[in-house]
Amino acid sequence: MLTTKVFWLKLLIHLGALLPLVNLYYLALSDQLTADPVEAVIHFTGIGALNLLLLTLLVSPLSKVSRQGFLMKTRRLLGLYAFTYALLHLLNFLFFEVQFDIALFVGEIVKRPYMTVGMAAFVILLLLALTSFDKVKRRMGKSWQKLHNYSYLAVVLAGVHFYWSVKSEIIEPGIYLLLTLALLSLRRDKFRRWFKRKG
Amino acid sequence: MLIKIPKKSELSENQVTQESVYLQRRQLLRGMGFIGAGTLISSALSSTAHGGVFDLFKKEEKPVFPLKGLSYSALADAENFPEKLTPEAKVTSHNNFYEFGAQKHQPAELAQGFKVNPWQLKISGEVDKPMTLDYDRLFSTIALEERIYRLRCVEAWSMVIPWVGFPLAKLLKMVQPNSRAKYVAFETLHDPEQMPGQSSRRLGGGIAYPYVEGLRIDEAMNPLTLLSVGLYGKTLPPQNGAPIRLVVPWKYGFKSIKSIVGIKLLEKQPPTTWNLLAPHEYGFYANVNPEVAHPRWSQASERRITTGGLLARNRIETLPFNGYGEQVAGLYKGMDLRTFY
Repeated sequence: MLTTKVFWLKLLIHLGALLPLVNLYYLALSDQLTADPVEAVIHFTGIGALNLLLLTLLVSPLSKVSRQGFLMKTRRLLGLYAFTYALLHLLNFLFFEVQFDIALFVGEIVKRPYMTVGMAAFVILLLLALTSFDKVKRRMGKSWQKLHNYSYLAVVLAGVHFYWSVKSEIIEPGIYLLLTLALLSLRRDKFRRWFKRKG
Repeated sequence: MLIKIPKKSELSENQVTQESVYLQRRQLLRGMGFIGAGTLISSALSSTAHGGVFDLFKKEEKPVFPLKGLSYSALADAENFPEKLTPEAKVTSHNNFYEFGAQKHQPAELAQGFKVNPWQLKISGEVDKPMTLDYDRLFSTIALEERIYRLRCVEAWSMVIPWVGFPLAKLLKMVQPNSRAKYVAFETLHDPEQMPGQSSRRLGGGIAYPYVEGLRIDEAMNPLTLLSVGLYGKTLPPQNGAPIRLVVPWKYGFKSIKSIVGIKLLEKQPPTTWNLLAPHEYGFYANVNPEVAHPRWSQASERRITTGGLLARNRIETLPFNGYGEQVAGLYKGMDLRTFY
C-alpha cells in the first residue's frame, strides 16, 4: 500500500518535471516558442529550478505536519529534478545565449555579481546531486547531513540571483524570496541549535 | 467544513472573471514556469474554460488592431540590404513596452484594443511655431520614406527592421526651434485605462509613468533620427508604438520612445525614465558601445533575432554606435563615452 503510494507519487513527479521540458524544447527547436526561444528556455528552466527547489524544501515540513512520512521518499527525486533544471538553465546559457563563447561565458560569471551568485547556487546543487546516492551517503556518514544543509544556502542564492537579474519588475522575484524565507523559518529551531553550538 | 452547493442560476466564479484578468493570471503562471506541457492542451481548451464543451469548436474572437498600408518612397535597393530582416511576426511579438506588460510577449496580447485615432502630438517649448498634429497629419505632413535599421536592445539582442517614417529634423525645422533649444524631450501617452501597465505595478514593472525620453538637439537633428509611423509597409501595431514613435538606431532600444504625445524643446537636459530608475545602469546618452558593459550584460556581442529556433547560430559582435559611427561619431567628439554612457 505504502510502496504503491510512493510509486504513483514518484511517477507524477517524473511526468510533471519531464513533460514540460519535452514541450519546451520541442517548441523552441521548431521556432514556435515566442520570438526569442533562447530567452524563453533560459527563463523557463531557471524559474522551474527555483520552483522545484522550493518544493523540495516543502517536503519535510509537509510530511511532519500531515504525518505522512512516506512523502519524505520523494524528496531526493525532487531535489535531483531541481538540479536537472538548474543544469539545463546553465547549459541553455552556454549553448544558446553565449553560443559556446567560453571566454564570454567565464567572463560573465566572474564579472556579473548576479551570475556569480547563481553559479554558487549551482555548484552547491551539483555537490548535493553527486552525493545523493545511497552508497555515497553511507560512506560520508555525519558529514553528509552537514553538506546537504547547504541546500538552504542554495535556495537563498538562487532567489537572490533571480531578484538581481531583472530590470525593474521585482514583484515576482520578491514573492519567491518571501516563500523562501517562509520555508526556512519553519526550520528556525534547527538554525537556532546550530548557532548555539557555535556560540 | 462548509460545503456549498451553488444553485444552477448562480454564476460560477470562472464566468465572472474578466477575460483580461484571466489571461494575465495565465501569463503570471507561465512566467513562473508552472505552465509547460499543459499549455498546448489548455490553449486549445481555453474557450471551454468560459463556456460549454461545444465552444471548443467556436473560434475565439479577439480584437485585432487594424493596420493600414502606407504610401511611402521605398528604399531603392531594399532587396540588397546586407542584413537579413527580422521576420515581421517576431518584430511584432517581442516587445519591451511596459505600458502593456513587462514580459516581451505581453504587449502584443494586451495592446490590440488600443485607440490611436483621435491622437494629438503636441510639439512645444523653445520653438517659434508650436504645432499640434492630429492622427491624419502624422502621415501627411511630411513625405514618408522607408528606412531599414538595426535595433539593438540593452539586453544584448537585436533585430533588423524596415521602418516607415520621416526624419525628426524635418518636423523640428517646421516648428522653428529658438536659440535656447538645446535638448528635445519626448513623452509617451499616459492613459492607465488603456495601458494596463500604467495602473498595475505588477504588469508595468514598477517604472514611473508616463515614460519620458530625451535627445540633445544635434542628435535629434541627425538625419538618421526617425519618427516612425509604420513598419513592413503598414501602420505601426500598438505593441510597436502606434501611432508614432522615435527610432534612434545608434542608441539602445529604450531611447526609441513609443506612442509619443509630446515633443518639447528645452534649454536643459530632460529627465529620462530608465535613467531616473537606475542611473548607474542607464545613462542619458545610451549609445550602443561594445566597450562599456551594462552591470548585468556584456555589450561586446549580441544575439540577432531572425528566423530559426533554438539552434540558430546568431551571436554577432556589436559595433560601436550600432554600426552607424560614420554618421554619428562626430556628435560625441571629445566626450568620454565611459562617463557619458
